[in-house]
Amino acid sequence: MTMKLSLALAQINTSLGNVEANLVKHLDYIKDAQGSGVDLLVFPELSLTGYMLQDLVPSVVRRPSKDDQTFGPLLQASKDMDIVVGFVDEDSRHRFFIATAYLSRGEMIHVHHKVYLPTYGMFDEGRFFAWGDTVQAFDTRFGRVGVLTCEDFWHASPPYLLWLDGADLMLFHSASPGRGLGEAPQLESARWVEHINQAYASLFTTFVAHTNRVGFEDGISFWGGATLYDPDGELVVKGPYHEEALTITEVDLKKIHHTRSKIPLLRDERTGMMQKELQRILEKRDLGNR
Amino acid sequence: MSDLKINTDLARKILTGFIHSEITRVGFSKGVVGLSGGVDSALSCTLAAEALGPDNVLAVCMPYKTSSKDSLDHAELLIEKTGVQSVTIPITDLVEPLFEKLPEMDNLRRGNVMARTRMAVLYDQSAAFNGLVIGTGNKTEILLGYTTLYGDSACALNPIGDLYKAQVRQLAQAVGVPEEIINKPPSADLWEGQTDEDELGFTYQQVDRLLYLMVDQRFTPEECVQAGFEDDFVRKVLERVQRNHYKRVLPPIAKLSNRTVGYDFLYLRDWGT
Repeated sequence: MTMKLSLALAQINTSLGNVEANLVKHLDYIKDAQGSGVDLLVFPELSLTGYMLQDLVPSVVRRPSKDDQTFGPLLQASKDMDIVVGFVDEDSRHRFFIATAYLSRGEMIHVHHKVYLPTYGMFDEGRFFAWGDTVQAFDTRFGRVGVLTCEDFWHASPPYLLWLDGADLMLFHSASPGRGLGEAPQLESARWVEHINQAYASLFTTFVAHTNRVGFEDGISFWGGATLYDPDGELVVKGPYHEEALTITEVDLKKIHHTRSKIPLLRDERTGMMQKELQRILEKRDLGNR
Repeated sequence: MSDLKINTDLARKILTGFIHSEITRVGFSKGVVGLSGGVDSALSCTLAAEALGPDNVLAVCMPYKTSSKDSLDHAELLIEKTGVQSVTIPITDLVEPLFEKLPEMDNLRRGNVMARTRMAVLYDQSAAFNGLVIGTGNKTEILLGYTTLYGDSACALNPIGDLYKAQVRQLAQAVGVPEEIINKPPSADLWEGQTDEDELGFTYQQVDRLLYLMVDQRFTPEECVQAGFEDDFVRKVLERVQRNHYKRVLPPIAKLSNRTVGYDFLYLRDWGT
């Protein structure tokens, strides 16, 4: 297994509902990343479609297979470099999902369906999409990896499950609308995401990468600001706010060994007690059962 | 109240990005701004000049015979400062025939006619200049409904509509709008001696803070009173916000079919771009 990898976080603008135009941009960024010797390239949530799709959802569905006109070229490109893209998936029962595909060596090796769909305030995802119901890590040539999409990691349980399922590299991506302008140099939404990603890296002594799109959809802006936090919770790299960028950094997976030698949080995690207490809490209290 | 303070560098970056994106993605490169001499239009014009380049922005001055000299001087000052293109089209000759025909018109009606005439001139200049109309309404006036429907509120995009008046002033200062424009009493200048604060019956300083609690922080009226605002003032502002909501939404369409514009025909304006 590779101990060092070159990770690229793409924070792109997208065209709303124009998959062909977005594919062209993906291929441009892939070419740039290839020129820089990148091993793994991560695009934002719904990178092939745009975010506020509403009634466009059924028309932007693509299938992560070689015979798909959009995924064909992406799978081809993944022969040299692993690629994570966001798209709209449709299952055999015709439910639509906000989806993430991990492509490697010409194959689709994992698809994640977003498990938390924000449907409050300015968000209306639950109106247009079905809820995913699985959080699973998966094996890659860089070890075991987990992917999550935006609201998925605003909840603590999905990153926790990935940690227990063996993910030592967490790849998070978003189409996060910028909101909360105060005196700080970044928006409240940006500050929040940075805080929790730094916390996950620290709590799980793991690498947490995040990328987020930029650009506008009507009056909504997306703030970019890709980050990588290391297993000590230190910021390794940060992309610019509100601008397209390809942020490239080295991930030295040996760092996990060093951190966990000092702080054995994973070793000491009491999953049995967790399960017992969770069982008790769920039986006793009506917290819903989704 | 410190909560109304904004990071002006960040606001400037987002708002110029917004103007550039929303104009260029639909195939335009230019913008048109109605310039009154006040701080709101001065800010929109300055942001537009930064986003699109001054040559791609047309400032349209539309004075009426009673418009204050300060208004015209300040508009001129801003045009010089930003280097935008400009044109002056007085509306006196356009509105006077109607005023003469209907001498019973009060200030409200006359003011609305003037605001809507300016809108017609501005949209004509938009077609002549091949640029989109950039709005100048701030969050305070949008929430209070202190605006003429299909008049000064009409625009293709509005960069400053989520900034309270105090925040408009703060950002205007940061982007270099001249002090005399920022510091003068706000006025619609529809008749001599008119000021916003006289007409509204309260100050922007008071109402910005109240609206911030009510709207942004979702305080109930009772919680606003507990936070130190007069009960009457809270009720009056809440009623204004509610009564004027019609100015903030498209006219309702009576639903008959299975799919109706406004209810279940859901696309952003940026659809496909």
